[in-house]
Amino acid sequence: MAGIVGYGAHLPRHRIKVEEIAKVWGADAPSYKKGLMLREKSVPPPDMDTITLSVEATRRALIRAQTVDPKDIGAIYIGSESHPYAVKPSGTTVAEAIGATPDIHCADFEFACKAGSEAMFVALSHVDAGHMKYALGIAADTSQGAPSDALEFSAAAGAAAFIMGKDNLIADCLDTHSFMTDMPDFWRREHEFYPQHAGRFTGEEAYFATTKGASIALLKKSGMKPADFKYAVFHQPNGKFPQRVARELGFTQEQIDPGWLAPRLGNTYSGASPIGLSATLDVSEPGDLIFMCSYGSGAGSDAFIWKVTERIDEVRDLTVRTHKLLDENIIYIDYGTYAKFRRKIKMNY
Amino acid sequence: MSMFSSRSWREYPQRYRMEASRFKKSGKTYYPPRDIDPETGDTAQEIVRLPDTGKIVTYTVIRVAPSQWGDLSPYALAIVELTDGTRMMGQMTDVDVEEVKIGMEVRLEFRRIQTESHEGVLSYGHKFVPNWF
Repeated sequence: MAGIVGYGAHLPRHRIKVEEIAKVWGADAPSYKKGLMLREKSVPPPDMDTITLSVEATRRALIRAQTVDPKDIGAIYIGSESHPYAVKPSGTTVAEAIGATPDIHCADFEFACKAGSEAMFVALSHVDAGHMKYALGIAADTSQGAPSDALEFSAAAGAAAFIMGKDNLIADCLDTHSFMTDMPDFWRREHEFYPQHAGRFTGEEAYFATTKGASIALLKKSGMKPADFKYAVFHQPNGKFPQRVARELGFTQEQIDPGWLAPRLGNTYSGASPIGLSATLDVSEPGDLIFMCSYGSGAGSDAFIWKVTERIDEVRDLTVRTHKLLDENIIYIDYGTYAKFRRKIKMNY
Repeated sequence: MSMFSSRSWREYPQRYRMEASRFKKSGKTYYPPRDIDPETGDTAQEIVRLPDTGKIVTYTVIRVAPSQWGDLSPYALAIVELTDGTRMMGQMTDVDVEEVKIGMEVRLEFRRIQTESHEGVLSYGHKFVPNWF
């Protein structure tokens, strides 16, 4: 099957701590930190959005792809719930910035937090079907949580980009499975600024049932068991959910550790499991199997089995690793700066 | 379509891909690209992409910014010498202005440059960030 020939991630440098948000709303920070396993989250500054994050992640994917000419990329798909325009594509700006225009197909995908993995899935499928030599799947978000809502403690920003191809793979996709039902657990109506969610209903019946549905079906289809994998990556709306779903499926903490970024990154929505995959590829060895399962409210999961090739040793350090972006040169901001950055203050212009 | 969006569109090659003109006779590179080499009058050129790293030659700090950059002030505007010797001016971002120094190593990053209004077109291009990796 087709697979990944280049990957890259990008994260904002700014972070806000759970305590800083809790202080403003009189919330109990220790209970959020313990209950949701969140310590801090990334915050995009005003000059960063889904398009700029996508361009930077894609440039890193091109560096790791080494020999891919952008003109040979036949499609760019960006999955996000925070496309900067309501009407005007994000993908065309990325295509222009990397020099892939004009003979290319672009589409912006939306499916809550699953939009990124579906961009990867469609890119992979086009290449697998022989429609094009390379296709780019991008997962990017600058997500919004309403002030004082539980989501405000987690809604974060980041991106990962994957160039799919058939030759010179970094990771071969061995199998996939997608699982969808109509689930009203999280939504944002047209013209509304902040999303709404159904509280605890978003857990058991939505996230856990859907993630397990896709994961169990893919394990069955592939004839594999959790112990066959070196690593696993799940959607991470907080630190706790992926930990619990991994345990209930039979994966260990050691398997999810490299891609378990939410406690320090927050929920990057469409970016969550794809950025986790980039961090996992960074530490993988040739021959490792990686299990990945996204989740998007509404609701659905896309699950993938990746087999890492020997090319990983050659490319992983050609550009910055995801954990370096997560761990180093962090700028902590207060709630006032955060409110300004996320345009939560009414202005007179 | 406003003047702003058409102008922005015409400048994509230099704003999005850092394309510059390198003249055959003098070997000099100009950014933004020029049709004629001002020193030799030469028109024979090739389009090159500028490197994405360099060092600050000099800078100034903007504390009272035009409204479209008000949410970023204070910020530095720097003249940077890229690794190929080309000098260009750009806005610094992701850095406290007190940390900006002559000789600081910087990297170009794709950013939102400005917007025409709340309803208008978004303008993208590059800014300088500290080159920490």
